Amino acid sequence: MRNVVLLFVVAALLTAAALGVRGRVSENRPLMLVPDMDFQPRVDAQSESEFFADGRSMRTPPAGTVPFGGGDYASDAGAPTPNADMLAGDESYYQGKKNGKFVENFPLALDIALIERGRERFNIYCAVCHGGAGMGNGITTKRGLVGVPNYHDERLRKLPVGEIYSAITNGKGQMASYAAQVAPRDRWAIVAYVRALQRSGHAALGDVPVAFRGELEKTKTDDVKPAPAAKAAPDTKKSASEKNP
Amino acid sequence: MANVFRPRADLWLRQIAAFAVLASVGGTAALYYYGPPEYTRVGYAPLQPTAFSHELHAGQIGMSCLYCHSNVEESPHAMVPPTATCLNCHNQVRANSPLLAEIREAGKTGRAVAWERVHKTPDYVYFNHSVHVKRGVGCVSCHGKVNEMPIIRHDQPLSMGWCLECHRNPEFALRPPSEATNLDWSPPVGQTQVEVGLHIKQQLAVNPPQTCAGCHR
Repeated sequence: MRNVVLLFVVAALLTAAALGVRGRVSENRPLMLVPDMDFQPRVDAQSESEFFADGRSMRTPPAGTVPFGGGDYASDAGAPTPNADMLAGDESYYQGKKNGKFVENFPLALDIALIERGRERFNIYCAVCHGGAGMGNGITTKRGLVGVPNYHDERLRKLPVGEIYSAITNGKGQMASYAAQVAPRDRWAIVAYVRALQRSGHAALGDVPVAFRGELEKTKTDDVKPAPAAKAAPDTKKSASEKNP
Repeated sequence: MANVFRPRADLWLRQIAAFAVLASVGGTAALYYYGPPEYTRVGYAPLQPTAFSHELHAGQIGMSCLYCHSNVEESPHAMVPPTATCLNCHNQVRANSPLLAEIREAGKTGRAVAWERVHKTPDYVYFNHSVHVKRGVGCVSCHGKVNEMPIIRHDQPLSMGWCLECHRNPEFALRPPSEATNLDWSPPVGQTQVEVGLHIKQQLAVNPPQTCAGCHR
């Protein structure tokens, strides 16, 4: 009987030695014990295809393709939201231009929610290069990216909003287009937030709500550096929304 | 007639019976331990065509998950970014690094980079990223601390039982949706995860399906 137990223990140890423990890091593809219908002969998002020459199952729509049925499709969720302007005919909203010139005024109503949205999107997509306060000192500039402008320069403060929108949409200089990552409404939200940042960089103490002034005066004597975005934001949002009705 | 079984046969019988019992118990235990995705999937960390480090990009540099996986709030599928997204920075940053040769080549020719897929639910599971992210399930709940992984690794089992645990008690995972991509988020001081979770659950009317048709159609 002792032999039986010994045999069992040896078998168990061999199994454990061969298979290891849970969570073991491995380069090998997961073992499929019962692969029933786990892989169906269908096309998934971003999957491979042997049918098309470029090996992609997803196809690029021909230029000029418009969504069918007058809707904006929320990506591939396929949930259309009504959009009366499905052909993107509003030049000032979709291109930031009117009659070949960049628009000076926002083609949509500004409110605090839009600017907050702009702040969120800015911090995701723009701050990596442009920096949280728009000083052109994002983290990528410390790793070899050059030529990022400072939003607080005179030239950039005077840019029409349409030109900032166009830079996001079409790219500018070394900066590539962000049209695929940021939807038109979010682009305008970012433009609004950029305007708020620019305002904050040249604000006087009188622009700051009374409640926040004490905090600023405390730091005044210190080595004065522009406040980081997170701090500057509470004061700037209000002024920007007042400025751009 | 001589006896068919010799006296030793009795011992053999007992030994065989004992081994059968031990083997079936051991085999069942091994199947329970090694069969589920907790063993088969967790820890899967394939070699990628380009050694992309989430630890560097999402951790040290602190980029948002959304910079690359920008559709995750709108789409069922959290996309792998197009090569153009890499080149937004890498047209200048490490522009001549041999590590990025594959990316530069793909950018020039338009060929797809053959990233190895790590997380894969079976085709009969209709998982939707956007509903989870928008209702305050953080990336970290299913993907682990990606910002600490130099090589991306399968962190959670993604088995049906594992999904259902959370669908039954979502308060253990819910957080404010604005913190969904913050992998280092923890509940504010003085509040427990369950308190935050219950609040979010009520506020956003989170009612995860527990029926088959919730995920299988």
